[in-house]
Amino acid sequence: MYQLDWSSIPGALPFLWQGMKISLEITLVAIAAGIFWGTILALMRLSPVRALSLLATGYVSLFRSIPLVMVLLWFFLVVPTLLRDVLGLSHATDLRLASAMVGFALFEAAYYSEIMRAGIQSVSRGQAQAALALGMRPLQAMWLVVLPQAFRNMLPLLLTQAIILFQDTSLVYVSALADFFGAAYKVGDRDGRLVEMLLFAGAVYFVICSAASFAVRRFQRRLAA
Amino acid sequence: MGPLDFHVFLQPVPTGETTYLGWLLQGLRTTVLLSACAWAVALVLGSLLGVFRTVPSRALRAIAGAYVEVFRNVPLLVQLFIWYFVVPEIVPGGERFKQIDPWLQQFLASMFCLGLFTAARVCEQVRAGIESLARGQRNAALALGLTLPQTYRHVLLPMAGRIIVPPLTSETLNVFKNSAVCSTIGLLELTAQGRQLVDYTARAYESFLAVTVLYLLLNAAVLLIMRKVEARTRVPGYLGSGR
Repeated sequence: MYQLDWSSIPGALPFLWQGMKISLEITLVAIAAGIFWGTILALMRLSPVRALSLLATGYVSLFRSIPLVMVLLWFFLVVPTLLRDVLGLSHATDLRLASAMVGFALFEAAYYSEIMRAGIQSVSRGQAQAALALGMRPLQAMWLVVLPQAFRNMLPLLLTQAIILFQDTSLVYVSALADFFGAAYKVGDRDGRLVEMLLFAGAVYFVICSAASFAVRRFQRRLAA
Repeated sequence: MGPLDFHVFLQPVPTGETTYLGWLLQGLRTTVLLSACAWAVALVLGSLLGVFRTVPSRALRAIAGAYVEVFRNVPLLVQLFIWYFVVPEIVPGGERFKQIDPWLQQFLASMFCLGLFTAARVCEQVRAGIESLARGQRNAALALGLTLPQTYRHVLLPMAGRIIVPPLTSETLNVFKNSAVCSTIGLLELTAQGRQLVDYTARAYESFLAVTVLYLLLNAAVLLIMRKVEARTRVPGYLGSGR
């Protein structure tokens, strides 16, 4: 029978915390950039200009059709070369974190754009029409009247997607970047305590994500009340 | 980067028994087989759990609720590593598991991981489907003297099962996409074959392009099949149910 031994965890906590900071950094950047770019994509998709809406539809269905792992591998391959060419960086610069952020932001934007599109469509037409009748330009009406309401209506879904995104950041493992999971794996591998470290990592993710989902559910109930 | 050169796919692999294209197709086959098996596990377990979430018994509801909570709040990658590295160590009989063919070990761990992960999502869809039915259906069936299992078997599940086909389409697509995560434990499915190709041929762009196109085709094929299923199972008068 396997003897569980948790003694390597306390000493590894600072290293794991470094990893957690990387996970959170990627999550926050990807949420911000993803919602921003996703909203633009949603606007393009709903725009009367056919070329724009086709372009956005193509982007969204492309990113929704391929696995996140594959997208990340592409970005770890392409982005460093691209950035080095454009910015003239040396080969020693570690661009894995930047690549991960760009990859997650562009990938999640496809999912955020679907949420924002539904959000924009959930705002009644009269709102936009009233804003136009008041003399606002279409973009003003969108920015000042429709989008704030769309954002508010979709906030629970945006937050739920953020929790999924946080879980997905563990996939930067494919680039050997030491995010929280990568750090846990490395420590476990080094100390021959992979079993304990994996269970510990799972427990940490579980506590964070279920607390966050619980908060979102409560928030959603308050919003509905 | 130089110009793309796809001739590399027709060259034989170092062991000589197939070409690099053959490797990719083997990977595709593993991806399809794995996803199909995992999907079967998810459907069976997910339906059962979904029913549990709607029965009067508080204990069963709590079990299914806890299951969903756990499997939804731990990243898929972590779950996969736990199935592959942890479970065989701490579960009795794990020693025998570690003696079987490595490919089968990877495949079984991936299948159960992906299946059990997806079951939590299927469970929520089944629950939503059952709850979307008018309360009168359950009450009428019970009033007619059907037992609870009979009510589920003959009244609730036949309707709910058809209503939730459209949301299950996106879950089906998710299974195929999520199967790429299994490349991390060394299972040679499509993504892993793509990475192996990069290692052997140093043709990163061509390899990733080919893998991406294969995923797109796979996605389109699954979507096409599911649209057929949706058309056949649509409940007349239940327009746009689910999405």
